[in-house]
Amino acid sequence: MDTQVTKKKLGLKERYKLLTRDLGWETTFHTKDEVYPYVKYEGIKINDWDKWEDPFRLTMDAYWKYQAEKERKFYAIIDAHAQNNGHLNLTDARYLTAIKMFLQAISPGEYAASKGFARMGREFGGVGTQVACQMQALDEIRHAQTQIHAISNYNKYYNGFHAFSDSRDRIWYTSVPRSFFDDAMSAGPFEFMIAIGFSFEYVLTNLLFVPFMSGAAFNGDMATVTFGFSAQSDEARHMTLGLECIKFMLEQDPGNLPIVQRWIDKWFWRGMRILSLVGAMMDYMLPKRVMSWKEAFDIYGVENGGALFNDLARYGIKPPKGWDVAAGAIEHMSHQLFLGLYQWSFGTAFHGWIPSDDDMEWLSAKYPTTFDKYYRPRWEHIKKLEAEGTPFKNYGLAKLCQTCQLPTVFTEPGDPTMMCHRETEYKGEKYHFCSDGCQEIFEHEPEKYLQAWLPMPALFSELNGDIGAWMDWVGLKNGVDNGDYVGSQDQINFDKWRGMATSNKQS
Amino acid sequence: MSNVFIALQANEETRPIIEAIVMDNPQAVVKREPAMVKIDAPGRMVIHKETIEGLVGRAFDLQEMHIHLITLSGNVDETDNSLTLTWNN
Repeated sequence: MDTQVTKKKLGLKERYKLLTRDLGWETTFHTKDEVYPYVKYEGIKINDWDKWEDPFRLTMDAYWKYQAEKERKFYAIIDAHAQNNGHLNLTDARYLTAIKMFLQAISPGEYAASKGFARMGREFGGVGTQVACQMQALDEIRHAQTQIHAISNYNKYYNGFHAFSDSRDRIWYTSVPRSFFDDAMSAGPFEFMIAIGFSFEYVLTNLLFVPFMSGAAFNGDMATVTFGFSAQSDEARHMTLGLECIKFMLEQDPGNLPIVQRWIDKWFWRGMRILSLVGAMMDYMLPKRVMSWKEAFDIYGVENGGALFNDLARYGIKPPKGWDVAAGAIEHMSHQLFLGLYQWSFGTAFHGWIPSDDDMEWLSAKYPTTFDKYYRPRWEHIKKLEAEGTPFKNYGLAKLCQTCQLPTVFTEPGDPTMMCHRETEYKGEKYHFCSDGCQEIFEHEPEKYLQAWLPMPALFSELNGDIGAWMDWVGLKNGVDNGDYVGSQDQINFDKWRGMATSNKQS
Repeated sequence: MSNVFIALQANEETRPIIEAIVMDNPQAVVKREPAMVKIDAPGRMVIHKETIEGLVGRAFDLQEMHIHLITLSGNVDETDNSLTLTWNN
Protein backbone atom coordinates (compact mmCIF):
# COMPACT_ATOMS: atom_id res chain seq x y z
CA MET A 1 0.00 0.00 0.00
CA ASP A 2 2.84 2.44 -0.71
CA THR A 3 1.86 3.43 -4.24
CA GLN A 4 0.90 6.91 -3.08
CA VAL A 5 4.52 7.60 -2.09
CA THR A 6 6.18 6.42 -5.29
CA LYS A 7 3.39 7.66 -7.62
CA LYS A 8 5.44 7.12 -10.74
CA LYS A 9 2.51 5.96 -12.84
CA LEU A 10 -0.70 7.66 -13.77
CA GLY A 11 -3.95 5.93 -12.97
CA LEU A 12 -6.14 4.46 -15.68
CA LYS A 13 -8.60 7.36 -15.59
CA GLU A 14 -5.90 10.06 -15.83
CA ARG A 15 -4.05 8.20 -18.53
CA TYR A 16 -7.17 7.90 -20.63
CA LYS A 17 -7.95 11.57 -20.20
CA LEU A 18 -4.45 12.63 -21.24
CA LEU A 19 -4.36 10.33 -24.23
CA THR A 20 -7.65 11.53 -25.64
CA ARG A 21 -8.05 15.19 -24.61
CA ASP A 22 -6.11 16.74 -27.50
CA LEU A 23 -8.54 15.30 -29.98
CA GLY A 24 -11.20 17.67 -28.69
CA TRP A 25 -9.86 20.98 -29.95
CA GLU A 26 -12.03 24.02 -30.49
CA THR A 27 -12.69 24.66 -34.16
CA THR A 28 -12.12 28.18 -35.50
CA PHE A 29 -12.47 28.03 -39.29
CA HIS A 30 -15.88 26.38 -39.13
CA THR A 31 -18.57 26.19 -36.51
CA LYS A 32 -19.17 22.93 -34.65
CA ASP A 33 -22.47 22.59 -36.47
CA GLU A 34 -20.64 22.67 -39.80
CA VAL A 35 -18.03 20.20 -38.61
CA TYR A 36 -20.63 17.76 -37.23
CA PRO A 37 -23.57 18.28 -39.59
CA TYR A 38 -25.63 15.22 -38.62
CA VAL A 39 -25.46 15.41 -34.87
CA LYS A 40 -28.63 17.44 -34.30
CA TYR A 41 -31.15 16.49 -36.95
CA GLU A 42 -32.45 13.39 -35.17
CA GLY A 43 -33.67 15.63 -32.36
CA ILE A 44 -31.27 14.31 -29.69
CA LYS A 45 -30.04 17.10 -27.43
CA ILE A 46 -26.53 16.92 -26.02
CA ASN A 47 -25.42 19.52 -23.51
CA ASP A 48 -22.01 18.21 -22.49
CA TRP A 49 -20.03 15.76 -24.62
CA ASP A 50 -17.42 15.40 -21.89
CA LYS A 51 -19.92 13.45 -19.81
CA TRP A 52 -19.43 10.54 -22.22
CA GLU A 53 -16.98 8.12 -20.73
CA ASP A 54 -15.65 4.83 -22.00
CA PRO A 55 -15.88 2.62 -18.92
CA PHE A 56 -13.05 0.39 -20.15
CA ARG A 57 -10.84 3.42 -20.75
CA LEU A 58 -8.87 1.54 -23.32
CA THR A 59 -6.20 3.75 -24.87
CA MET A 60 -4.94 3.18 -28.42
CA ASP A 61 -1.59 1.71 -27.32
CA ALA A 62 -3.33 -0.81 -25.05
CA TYR A 63 -5.85 -1.52 -27.79
CA TRP A 64 -3.16 -2.41 -30.33
CA LYS A 65 -1.30 -4.53 -27.82
CA TYR A 66 -4.27 -6.70 -26.87
CA GLN A 67 -5.69 -6.92 -30.39
CA ALA A 68 -2.29 -8.10 -31.67
CA GLU A 69 -2.26 -10.79 -29.03
CA LYS A 70 -5.76 -11.90 -30.03
CA GLU A 71 -4.63 -12.16 -33.66
CA ARG A 72 -1.60 -14.26 -32.75
CA LYS A 73 -3.77 -16.68 -30.81
CA PHE A 74 -6.28 -16.76 -33.65
CA TYR A 75 -3.75 -17.55 -36.38
CA ALA A 76 -1.99 -20.19 -34.29
CA ILE A 77 -5.26 -22.10 -34.12
CA ILE A 78 -6.33 -21.44 -37.71
CA ASP A 79 -2.96 -22.81 -38.90
CA ALA A 80 -3.36 -25.88 -36.71
CA HIS A 81 -6.88 -26.38 -38.06
CA ALA A 82 -5.68 -26.28 -41.67
CA GLN A 83 -2.68 -28.50 -40.92
CA ASN A 84 -4.61 -31.19 -39.07
CA ASN A 85 -7.55 -32.15 -41.29
CA GLY A 86 -9.77 -29.71 -39.44
CA HIS A 87 -12.35 -30.00 -42.20
CA LEU A 88 -12.82 -33.69 -41.35
CA ASN A 89 -13.08 -33.39 -37.59
CA LEU A 90 -16.66 -32.20 -37.68
CA THR A 91 -19.54 -34.24 -36.27
CA ASP A 92 -21.17 -34.15 -39.70
CA ALA A 93 -20.88 -32.01 -42.86
CA ARG A 94 -24.51 -31.00 -42.31
CA TYR A 95 -23.11 -28.75 -39.59
CA LEU A 96 -21.52 -26.58 -42.29
CA THR A 97 -24.95 -25.34 -43.32
CA ALA A 98 -24.88 -23.08 -40.30
CA ILE A 99 -21.40 -21.87 -41.25
CA LYS A 100 -22.44 -21.21 -44.84
CA MET A 101 -25.33 -19.13 -43.58
CA PHE A 102 -22.97 -17.37 -41.19
CA LEU A 103 -20.53 -16.46 -43.96
CA GLN A 104 -23.25 -15.38 -46.39
CA ALA A 105 -25.38 -13.46 -43.91
CA ILE A 106 -23.33 -12.38 -40.88
CA SER A 107 -19.71 -11.76 -41.91
CA PRO A 108 -20.69 -9.13 -44.52
CA GLY A 109 -22.65 -7.50 -41.68
CA GLU A 110 -19.43 -7.16 -39.75
CA TYR A 111 -17.96 -5.30 -42.70
CA ALA A 112 -21.03 -3.06 -42.90
CA ALA A 113 -20.67 -2.35 -39.17
CA SER A 114 -17.06 -1.33 -39.77
CA LYS A 115 -18.12 1.17 -42.41
CA GLY A 116 -20.85 2.45 -40.13
CA PHE A 117 -18.58 2.97 -37.14
CA ALA A 118 -15.92 4.65 -39.25
CA ARG A 119 -18.60 7.13 -40.26
CA MET A 120 -19.94 7.57 -36.71
CA GLY A 121 -16.43 8.12 -35.34
CA ARG A 122 -16.36 11.11 -37.66
CA GLU A 123 -19.84 12.41 -36.96
CA PHE A 124 -20.08 12.32 -33.19
CA GLY A 125 -18.97 15.46 -31.42
CA GLY A 126 -17.34 13.99 -28.31
CA VAL A 127 -13.80 12.69 -28.00
CA GLY A 128 -14.66 9.60 -25.92
CA THR A 129 -17.28 8.64 -28.49
CA GLN A 130 -14.94 9.21 -31.42
CA VAL A 131 -12.22 7.00 -29.94
CA ALA A 132 -14.65 4.23 -29.03
CA CYS A 133 -16.22 4.28 -32.52
CA GLN A 134 -12.82 4.24 -34.18
CA MET A 135 -11.79 1.17 -32.19
CA GLN A 136 -15.06 -0.51 -33.02
CA ALA A 137 -14.62 0.22 -36.74
CA LEU A 138 -11.24 -1.54 -36.55
CA ASP A 139 -12.72 -4.43 -34.57
CA GLU A 140 -15.50 -4.98 -37.06
CA ILE A 141 -13.22 -5.13 -40.06
CA ARG A 142 -11.03 -7.57 -38.14
CA HIS A 143 -14.11 -9.72 -37.55
CA ALA A 144 -15.06 -9.75 -41.22
CA GLN A 145 -11.48 -10.64 -42.19
CA THR A 146 -10.87 -13.34 -39.58
CA GLN A 147 -14.23 -14.96 -40.31
CA ILE A 148 -13.65 -15.06 -44.07
CA HIS A 149 -10.11 -16.31 -43.48
CA ALA A 150 -11.10 -19.03 -41.02
CA ILE A 151 -13.97 -20.26 -43.18
CA SER A 152 -11.88 -20.18 -46.38
CA ASN A 153 -10.37 -23.48 -45.34
CA TYR A 154 -13.79 -25.12 -45.70
CA ASN A 155 -14.18 -23.51 -49.12
CA LYS A 156 -11.33 -25.74 -50.36
CA TYR A 157 -13.42 -28.84 -49.66
CA TYR A 158 -17.11 -28.02 -49.55
CA ASN A 159 -19.72 -26.27 -51.68
CA GLY A 160 -21.73 -23.14 -50.96
CA PHE A 161 -18.92 -20.95 -49.62
CA HIS A 162 -17.45 -19.56 -52.83
CA ALA A 163 -19.86 -16.72 -53.67
CA PHE A 164 -20.69 -15.29 -50.27
CA SER A 165 -20.16 -11.67 -51.28
CA ASP A 166 -22.60 -12.00 -54.18
CA SER A 167 -25.04 -13.97 -52.05
CA ARG A 168 -24.96 -11.28 -49.42
CA ASP A 169 -26.37 -8.71 -51.78
CA ARG A 170 -28.70 -10.88 -53.79
CA ILE A 171 -30.16 -13.93 -52.04
CA TRP A 172 -33.47 -13.64 -50.21
CA TYR A 173 -32.41 -14.79 -46.73
CA THR A 174 -29.15 -12.79 -46.73
CA SER A 175 -31.08 -9.65 -47.62
CA VAL A 176 -32.51 -9.87 -44.09
CA PRO A 177 -29.30 -8.86 -42.29
CA ARG A 178 -28.29 -6.72 -45.27
CA SER A 179 -31.43 -4.61 -44.91
CA PHE A 180 -30.85 -4.39 -41.15
CA PHE A 181 -27.42 -2.85 -41.71
CA ASP A 182 -28.53 -0.68 -44.64
CA ASP A 183 -31.33 0.67 -42.46
CA ALA A 184 -28.89 1.43 -39.63
CA MET A 185 -26.23 2.99 -41.86
CA SER A 186 -28.70 5.26 -43.57
CA ALA A 187 -30.02 6.49 -40.21
CA GLY A 188 -28.48 9.28 -38.14
CA PRO A 189 -25.53 8.67 -35.82
CA PHE A 190 -27.54 8.22 -32.62
CA GLU A 191 -30.01 5.83 -34.18
CA PHE A 192 -27.09 3.88 -35.62
CA MET A 193 -25.73 3.46 -32.10
CA ILE A 194 -29.05 2.02 -30.89
CA ALA A 195 -29.29 -0.23 -33.94
CA ILE A 196 -25.78 -1.66 -33.79
CA GLY A 197 -24.44 -0.81 -30.34
CA PHE A 198 -27.58 -1.80 -28.54
CA SER A 199 -29.76 -4.12 -30.63
CA PHE A 200 -27.06 -5.93 -32.58
CA GLU A 201 -24.37 -6.02 -29.91
CA TYR A 202 -26.29 -6.28 -26.68
CA VAL A 203 -29.24 -8.38 -27.76
CA LEU A 204 -28.02 -10.28 -30.82
CA THR A 205 -24.35 -11.06 -30.51
CA ASN A 206 -24.75 -12.73 -27.13
CA LEU A 207 -27.12 -15.19 -28.76
CA LEU A 208 -25.12 -15.54 -31.92
CA PHE A 209 -21.59 -15.77 -30.63
CA VAL A 210 -21.95 -17.28 -27.19
CA PRO A 211 -24.22 -20.38 -27.24
CA PHE A 212 -23.76 -20.84 -30.98
CA MET A 213 -19.96 -20.78 -30.74
CA SER A 214 -20.09 -23.09 -27.80
CA GLY A 215 -22.10 -25.30 -30.19
CA ALA A 216 -19.36 -25.02 -32.81
CA ALA A 217 -16.88 -26.30 -30.21
CA PHE A 218 -19.24 -29.18 -29.48
CA ASN A 219 -19.32 -30.06 -33.18
CA GLY A 220 -15.56 -30.13 -33.59
CA ASP A 221 -15.26 -26.88 -35.53
CA MET A 222 -12.11 -25.39 -34.08
CA ALA A 223 -11.90 -22.66 -36.74
CA THR A 224 -15.31 -21.20 -35.99
CA VAL A 225 -14.96 -21.32 -32.21
CA THR A 226 -11.71 -19.46 -32.58
CA PHE A 227 -12.99 -16.63 -34.75
CA GLY A 228 -16.21 -16.55 -32.74
CA PHE A 229 -14.60 -16.12 -29.37
CA SER A 230 -11.93 -13.82 -30.78
CA ALA A 231 -14.67 -11.58 -32.18
CA GLN A 232 -16.76 -11.86 -29.05
CA SER A 233 -13.83 -10.70 -26.92
CA ASP A 234 -14.35 -7.33 -28.64
CA GLU A 235 -18.11 -7.48 -28.25
CA ALA A 236 -18.00 -6.99 -24.49
CA ARG A 237 -16.50 -3.58 -25.25
CA HIS A 238 -19.08 -2.95 -27.98
CA MET A 239 -22.01 -3.84 -25.76
CA THR A 240 -20.69 -1.54 -23.11
CA LEU A 241 -20.42 1.24 -25.69
CA GLY A 242 -24.04 0.64 -26.75
CA LEU A 243 -25.27 0.73 -23.16
CA GLU A 244 -23.20 3.83 -22.37
CA CYS A 245 -24.64 5.58 -25.42
CA ILE A 246 -28.21 4.93 -24.28
CA LYS A 247 -27.46 6.14 -20.74
CA PHE A 248 -25.65 9.19 -22.11
CA MET A 249 -28.58 10.25 -24.30
CA LEU A 250 -31.04 9.76 -21.46
CA GLU A 251 -28.93 11.67 -18.95
CA GLN A 252 -28.27 14.60 -21.27
CA ASP A 253 -31.83 15.77 -21.79
CA PRO A 254 -35.29 14.52 -20.72
CA GLY A 255 -36.58 15.32 -24.23
CA ASN A 256 -34.43 12.47 -25.58
CA LEU A 257 -36.47 9.76 -23.85
CA PRO A 258 -39.33 9.35 -26.37
CA ILE A 259 -36.88 9.32 -29.31
CA VAL A 260 -34.70 6.69 -27.65
CA GLN A 261 -37.73 4.59 -26.67
CA ARG A 262 -38.97 4.54 -30.27
CA TRP A 263 -35.56 3.41 -31.50
CA ILE A 264 -35.40 0.69 -28.85
CA ASP A 265 -38.84 -0.56 -29.92
CA LYS A 266 -37.88 -0.52 -33.58
CA TRP A 267 -34.47 -2.09 -33.30
CA PHE A 268 -35.51 -4.75 -30.82
CA TRP A 269 -38.09 -5.93 -33.33
CA ARG A 270 -35.68 -5.82 -36.26
CA GLY A 271 -33.16 -7.73 -34.12
CA MET A 272 -35.72 -10.40 -33.22
CA ARG A 273 -36.44 -10.99 -36.89
CA ILE A 274 -32.75 -11.59 -37.64
CA LEU A 275 -32.61 -13.91 -34.66
CA SER A 276 -35.04 -16.28 -36.39
CA LEU A 277 -32.04 -17.23 -38.59
CA VAL A 278 -29.98 -17.90 -35.45
CA GLY A 279 -32.84 -19.90 -33.94
CA ALA A 280 -32.93 -22.17 -37.02
CA MET A 281 -29.14 -22.56 -36.86
CA MET A 282 -29.24 -23.61 -33.21
CA ASP A 283 -32.28 -25.90 -33.25
CA TYR A 284 -31.85 -27.56 -36.64
CA MET A 285 -28.40 -27.10 -38.16
CA LEU A 286 -26.08 -28.19 -35.36
CA PRO A 287 -25.80 -32.00 -35.43
CA LYS A 288 -24.84 -31.89 -31.73
CA ARG A 289 -26.50 -29.17 -29.71
CA VAL A 290 -25.42 -27.41 -26.54
CA MET A 291 -28.79 -25.86 -25.83
CA SER A 292 -31.97 -25.04 -27.67
CA TRP A 293 -32.75 -21.65 -29.13
CA LYS A 294 -35.38 -21.22 -26.40
CA GLU A 295 -32.91 -22.05 -23.62
CA ALA A 296 -30.41 -19.59 -25.06
CA PHE A 297 -33.10 -16.92 -25.30
CA ASP A 298 -34.14 -17.54 -21.68
CA ILE A 299 -30.58 -16.77 -20.55
CA TYR A 300 -29.51 -13.99 -22.90
CA GLY A 301 -32.87 -12.55 -23.91
CA VAL A 302 -35.24 -12.89 -20.97
CA GLU A 303 -32.80 -12.84 -18.06
CA ASN A 304 -30.13 -10.51 -19.44
CA GLY A 305 -32.48 -8.30 -21.47
CA GLY A 306 -34.83 -8.13 -18.47
CA ALA A 307 -31.96 -7.02 -16.20
CA LEU A 308 -31.01 -4.33 -18.69
CA PHE A 309 -34.53 -2.92 -18.98
CA ASN A 310 -35.02 -2.99 -15.21
CA ASP A 311 -31.82 -0.98 -14.95
CA LEU A 312 -32.95 1.54 -17.58
CA ALA A 313 -36.35 1.93 -15.90
CA ARG A 314 -34.87 4.67 -13.72
CA TYR A 315 -34.66 6.84 -16.83
CA GLY A 316 -38.26 6.06 -17.78
CA ILE A 317 -37.37 3.45 -20.40
CA LYS A 318 -39.91 0.66 -20.83
CA PRO A 319 -39.20 -2.81 -22.23
CA PRO A 320 -39.49 -2.78 -26.05
CA LYS A 321 -43.02 -2.68 -27.40
CA GLY A 322 -42.80 -6.03 -29.16
CA TRP A 323 -41.34 -7.82 -26.15
CA ASP A 324 -44.45 -9.88 -25.26
CA VAL A 325 -45.16 -10.81 -28.87
CA ALA A 326 -41.52 -11.86 -29.28
CA ALA A 327 -41.62 -13.90 -26.06
CA GLY A 328 -44.77 -15.66 -27.27
CA ALA A 329 -43.09 -16.55 -30.59
CA ILE A 330 -39.90 -18.03 -29.13
CA GLU A 331 -41.20 -21.60 -29.19
CA HIS A 332 -42.35 -21.31 -32.79
CA MET A 333 -39.96 -19.16 -34.79
CA SER A 334 -37.08 -21.59 -35.42
CA HIS A 335 -39.51 -24.33 -36.56
CA GLN A 336 -41.42 -22.00 -38.85
CA LEU A 337 -38.30 -20.62 -40.48
CA PHE A 338 -36.59 -23.99 -40.97
CA LEU A 339 -39.74 -25.36 -42.62
CA GLY A 340 -39.49 -22.40 -44.98
CA LEU A 341 -35.79 -23.01 -45.67
CA TYR A 342 -36.51 -26.69 -46.37
CA GLN A 343 -39.33 -26.09 -48.83
CA TRP A 344 -37.43 -23.36 -50.73
CA SER A 345 -34.10 -25.24 -50.70
CA PHE A 346 -33.77 -24.82 -54.48
CA GLY A 347 -33.04 -21.17 -53.74
CA THR A 348 -30.57 -21.51 -50.84
CA ALA A 349 -26.79 -21.73 -51.16
CA PHE A 350 -26.86 -24.44 -48.47
CA HIS A 351 -28.63 -27.75 -48.06
CA GLY A 352 -31.94 -28.55 -46.44
CA TRP A 353 -33.06 -31.80 -44.83
CA ILE A 354 -35.80 -33.50 -42.89
CA PRO A 355 -34.88 -33.79 -39.20
CA SER A 356 -34.04 -37.36 -38.18
CA ASP A 357 -36.15 -39.26 -35.63
CA ASP A 358 -33.51 -38.51 -32.97
CA ASP A 359 -33.60 -34.82 -33.84
CA MET A 360 -37.36 -34.77 -33.58
CA GLU A 361 -37.18 -36.45 -30.16
CA TRP A 362 -34.76 -33.73 -29.06
CA LEU A 363 -37.00 -30.99 -30.42
CA SER A 364 -40.05 -32.39 -28.71
CA ALA A 365 -38.17 -32.58 -25.38
CA LYS A 366 -36.98 -28.97 -25.77
CA TYR A 367 -40.32 -27.65 -27.03
CA PRO A 368 -42.83 -29.80 -25.13
CA THR A 369 -45.83 -27.54 -25.72
CA THR A 370 -45.30 -26.72 -29.40
CA PHE A 371 -43.20 -29.21 -31.38
CA ASP A 372 -45.36 -32.33 -31.19
CA LYS A 373 -48.56 -30.36 -31.56
CA TYR A 374 -47.71 -28.07 -34.49
CA TYR A 375 -44.46 -29.05 -36.19
CA ARG A 376 -43.88 -32.79 -35.87
CA PRO A 377 -47.04 -33.60 -37.87
CA ARG A 378 -45.78 -31.41 -40.72
CA TRP A 379 -42.37 -33.07 -40.74
CA GLU A 380 -44.00 -36.53 -40.62
CA HIS A 381 -46.11 -35.54 -43.63
CA ILE A 382 -43.06 -34.21 -45.46
CA LYS A 383 -41.21 -37.43 -44.64
CA LYS A 384 -44.05 -39.50 -46.08
CA LEU A 385 -44.04 -37.48 -49.31
CA GLU A 386 -40.29 -37.94 -49.55
CA ALA A 387 -40.64 -41.74 -49.08
CA GLU A 388 -43.29 -41.83 -51.81
CA GLY A 389 -40.93 -40.13 -54.21
CA THR A 390 -42.88 -36.85 -54.28
CA PRO A 391 -40.81 -34.61 -51.96
CA PHE A 392 -42.47 -31.42 -50.77
CA LYS A 393 -40.86 -28.59 -52.67
CA ASN A 394 -42.13 -25.09 -53.09
CA TYR A 395 -41.11 -23.56 -56.40
CA GLY A 396 -43.31 -20.54 -55.85
CA LEU A 397 -41.58 -17.42 -54.64
CA ALA A 398 -41.99 -16.27 -51.09
CA LYS A 399 -43.84 -13.08 -50.29
CA LEU A 400 -41.36 -10.84 -48.49
CA CYS A 401 -41.92 -8.38 -45.68
CA GLN A 402 -41.15 -4.85 -46.86
CA THR A 403 -39.34 -4.05 -43.60
CA CYS A 404 -37.38 -7.10 -42.41
CA GLN A 405 -37.35 -8.84 -45.84
CA LEU A 406 -38.06 -12.29 -44.37
CA PRO A 407 -40.68 -14.36 -46.18
CA THR A 408 -44.00 -13.98 -44.40
CA VAL A 409 -43.75 -17.44 -42.78
CA PHE A 410 -44.59 -16.48 -39.21
CA THR A 411 -47.94 -16.91 -37.49
CA GLU A 412 -50.35 -14.61 -35.70
CA PRO A 413 -49.54 -13.73 -32.09
CA GLY A 414 -51.50 -16.23 -29.99
CA ASP A 415 -52.53 -18.43 -32.93
CA PRO A 416 -49.80 -20.66 -34.37
CA THR A 417 -52.21 -22.11 -36.94
CA MET A 418 -52.85 -18.78 -38.73
CA MET A 419 -50.30 -17.10 -40.96
CA CYS A 420 -49.64 -13.50 -40.02
CA HIS A 421 -49.85 -11.01 -42.82
CA ARG A 422 -50.33 -7.24 -42.80
CA GLU A 423 -50.56 -4.73 -45.61
CA THR A 424 -50.42 -0.97 -45.91
CA GLU A 425 -51.34 1.15 -48.87
CA TYR A 426 -49.08 4.10 -49.43
CA LYS A 427 -49.26 6.46 -52.43
CA GLY A 428 -51.25 3.94 -54.41
CA GLU A 429 -48.86 1.00 -53.83
CA LYS A 430 -49.52 -1.98 -51.60
CA TYR A 431 -46.79 -3.04 -49.14
CA HIS A 432 -46.70 -6.38 -47.31
CA PHE A 433 -45.49 -7.16 -43.79
CA CYS A 434 -44.83 -10.20 -41.64
CA SER A 435 -45.98 -8.62 -38.38
CA ASP A 436 -47.43 -5.61 -36.62
CA GLY A 437 -43.91 -4.67 -35.53
CA CYS A 438 -42.60 -4.47 -39.11
CA GLN A 439 -45.74 -2.68 -40.31
CA GLU A 440 -45.37 0.01 -37.63
CA ILE A 441 -41.72 0.55 -38.55
CA PHE A 442 -42.73 1.11 -42.16
CA GLU A 443 -45.61 3.41 -41.31
CA HIS A 444 -43.37 5.64 -39.23
CA GLU A 445 -40.91 6.17 -42.12
CA PRO A 446 -42.62 5.03 -45.34
CA GLU A 447 -40.41 7.11 -47.60
CA LYS A 448 -37.39 5.21 -46.31
CA TYR A 449 -38.73 1.67 -46.63
CA LEU A 450 -40.46 2.05 -49.97
CA GLN A 451 -36.93 2.29 -51.37
CA ALA A 452 -36.01 -1.14 -49.97
CA TRP A 453 -34.42 -3.47 -52.51
CA LEU A 454 -36.35 -6.73 -52.26
CA PRO A 455 -34.92 -9.87 -53.89
CA MET A 456 -38.21 -11.31 -55.19
CA PRO A 457 -39.43 -8.19 -57.02
CA ALA A 458 -35.84 -7.73 -58.27
CA LEU A 459 -35.95 -11.20 -59.83
CA PHE A 460 -38.66 -9.87 -62.13
CA SER A 461 -37.51 -6.30 -62.58
CA GLU A 462 -33.89 -7.24 -63.28
CA LEU A 463 -34.01 -10.82 -64.64
CA ASN A 464 -37.52 -11.24 -66.08
CA GLY A 465 -38.27 -13.99 -63.55
CA ASP A 466 -35.63 -16.35 -65.00
CA ILE A 467 -34.60 -18.59 -62.09
CA GLY A 468 -31.58 -20.03 -63.92
CA ALA A 469 -30.29 -16.54 -64.66
CA TRP A 470 -30.92 -15.63 -61.03
CA MET A 471 -28.84 -18.61 -59.86
CA ASP A 472 -25.95 -17.51 -62.09
CA TRP A 473 -26.31 -13.97 -60.81
CA VAL A 474 -26.14 -14.96 -57.12
CA GLY A 475 -23.33 -17.50 -57.74
CA LEU A 476 -25.46 -20.51 -56.84
CA LYS A 477 -24.71 -23.77 -58.67
CA ASN A 478 -27.94 -25.65 -59.10
CA GLY A 479 -27.78 -29.26 -57.87
CA VAL A 480 -24.46 -28.60 -56.12
CA ASP A 481 -24.84 -25.79 -53.59
CA ASN A 482 -28.58 -26.15 -53.00
CA GLY A 483 -31.23 -28.85 -52.47
CA ASP A 484 -31.18 -31.83 -50.14
CA TYR A 485 -28.20 -32.68 -48.01
CA VAL A 486 -28.85 -36.39 -48.47
CA GLY A 487 -27.10 -37.40 -51.67
CA SER A 488 -25.26 -34.07 -52.00
CA GLN A 489 -21.59 -33.80 -52.98
CA ASP A 490 -20.89 -32.46 -49.51
CA GLN A 491 -22.33 -35.55 -47.88
CA ILE A 492 -20.63 -37.98 -50.27
CA ASN A 493 -17.25 -36.28 -49.97
CA PHE A 494 -17.35 -35.93 -46.21
CA ASP A 495 -18.15 -39.61 -45.74
CA LYS A 496 -15.48 -40.67 -48.25
CA TRP A 497 -12.74 -38.39 -46.91
CA ARG A 498 -13.50 -39.19 -43.31
CA GLY A 499 -13.15 -42.87 -44.23
CA MET A 500 -9.77 -42.09 -45.78
CA ALA A 501 -8.72 -40.06 -42.74
CA THR A 502 -9.49 -42.78 -40.25
CA SER A 503 -8.26 -45.79 -42.26
CA ASN A 504 -5.87 -46.52 -45.10
CA LYS A 505 -8.60 -46.85 -47.73
CA GLN A 506 -7.41 -45.50 -51.07
CA SER A 507 -10.65 -43.95 -52.26
CA MET B 1 -32.24 -8.71 -8.02
CA SER B 2 -30.93 -9.17 -11.56
CA ASN B 3 -27.77 -11.13 -12.19
CA VAL B 4 -24.65 -9.58 -13.61
CA PHE B 5 -22.36 -11.99 -15.42
CA ILE B 6 -19.06 -12.41 -17.14
CA ALA B 7 -18.12 -15.19 -19.57
CA LEU B 8 -14.52 -16.13 -20.24
CA GLN B 9 -12.88 -18.60 -22.59
CA ALA B 10 -12.01 -21.85 -20.86
CA ASN B 11 -8.21 -21.87 -20.98
CA GLU B 12 -5.11 -21.93 -18.79
CA GLU B 13 -4.94 -18.17 -18.42
CA THR B 14 -8.51 -17.73 -17.23
CA ARG B 15 -8.29 -20.45 -14.54
CA PRO B 16 -6.77 -18.12 -11.90
CA ILE B 17 -9.09 -15.27 -12.98
CA ILE B 18 -12.13 -17.45 -12.40
CA GLU B 19 -10.67 -18.62 -9.08
CA ALA B 20 -10.14 -15.01 -8.02
CA ILE B 21 -13.71 -14.06 -8.95
CA VAL B 22 -15.07 -16.91 -6.86
CA MET B 23 -12.86 -15.92 -3.88
CA ASP B 24 -13.95 -12.28 -4.00
CA ASN B 25 -17.62 -12.87 -4.79
CA PRO B 26 -18.98 -15.58 -2.50
CA GLN B 27 -22.40 -15.48 -4.19
CA ALA B 28 -20.96 -16.10 -7.65
CA VAL B 29 -22.19 -19.19 -9.48
CA VAL B 30 -19.83 -20.79 -12.00
CA LYS B 31 -21.28 -22.55 -15.05
CA ARG B 32 -18.89 -24.54 -17.21
CA GLU B 33 -20.02 -24.92 -20.82
CA PRO B 34 -18.15 -26.23 -23.88
CA ALA B 35 -15.08 -24.00 -24.39
CA MET B 36 -16.36 -21.31 -22.00
CA VAL B 37 -17.10 -20.49 -18.38
CA LYS B 38 -19.96 -18.18 -17.38
CA ILE B 39 -20.06 -16.67 -13.91
CA ASP B 40 -23.29 -15.14 -12.59
CA ALA B 41 -23.68 -13.03 -9.46
CA PRO B 42 -26.73 -11.27 -8.03
CA GLY B 43 -26.55 -7.51 -8.65
CA ARG B 44 -22.82 -6.97 -8.39
CA MET B 45 -19.46 -8.58 -9.16
CA VAL B 46 -16.00 -7.21 -8.42
CA ILE B 47 -12.80 -8.52 -9.96
CA HIS B 48 -9.71 -7.51 -7.99
CA LYS B 49 -6.29 -7.23 -9.60
CA GLU B 50 -4.62 -8.05 -6.29
CA THR B 51 -6.40 -11.38 -5.89
CA ILE B 52 -5.47 -12.45 -9.42
CA GLU B 53 -1.84 -11.40 -8.87
CA GLY B 54 -1.74 -13.49 -5.69
CA LEU B 55 -2.79 -16.53 -7.72
CA VAL B 56 -0.66 -16.05 -10.84
CA GLY B 57 2.43 -14.88 -8.94
CA ARG B 58 3.19 -11.96 -11.23
CA ALA B 59 1.98 -8.46 -12.00
CA PHE B 60 -1.36 -8.61 -13.81
CA ASP B 61 -2.95 -5.80 -15.79
CA LEU B 62 -6.74 -6.10 -15.59
CA GLN B 63 -6.98 -5.10 -19.24
CA GLU B 64 -5.34 -8.44 -20.11
CA MET B 65 -8.80 -9.83 -19.51
CA HIS B 66 -9.89 -8.40 -22.87
CA ILE B 67 -8.01 -11.24 -24.56
CA HIS B 68 -10.14 -13.90 -22.91
CA LEU B 69 -13.40 -12.09 -22.38
CA ILE B 70 -16.43 -13.50 -24.22
CA THR B 71 -19.24 -11.38 -22.90
CA LEU B 72 -20.52 -9.58 -19.82
CA SER B 73 -23.67 -8.04 -18.47
CA GLY B 74 -24.09 -5.04 -16.19
CA ASN B 75 -22.81 -1.49 -15.95
CA VAL B 76 -19.02 -1.55 -16.15
CA ASP B 77 -16.62 0.45 -14.02
CA GLU B 78 -12.92 -0.22 -14.43
CA THR B 79 -10.00 1.23 -12.49
CA ASP B 80 -6.39 0.10 -12.22
CA ASN B 81 -7.26 -2.16 -9.32
CA SER B 82 -10.68 -3.53 -10.00
CA LEU B 83 -13.38 -4.12 -12.56
CA THR B 84 -16.93 -3.88 -11.23
CA LEU B 85 -20.19 -4.97 -12.83
CA THR B 86 -23.48 -3.75 -11.35
CA TRP B 87 -27.19 -3.57 -12.03
CA ASN B 88 -29.02 -0.81 -10.19
CA ASN B 89 -32.05 -2.91 -9.36
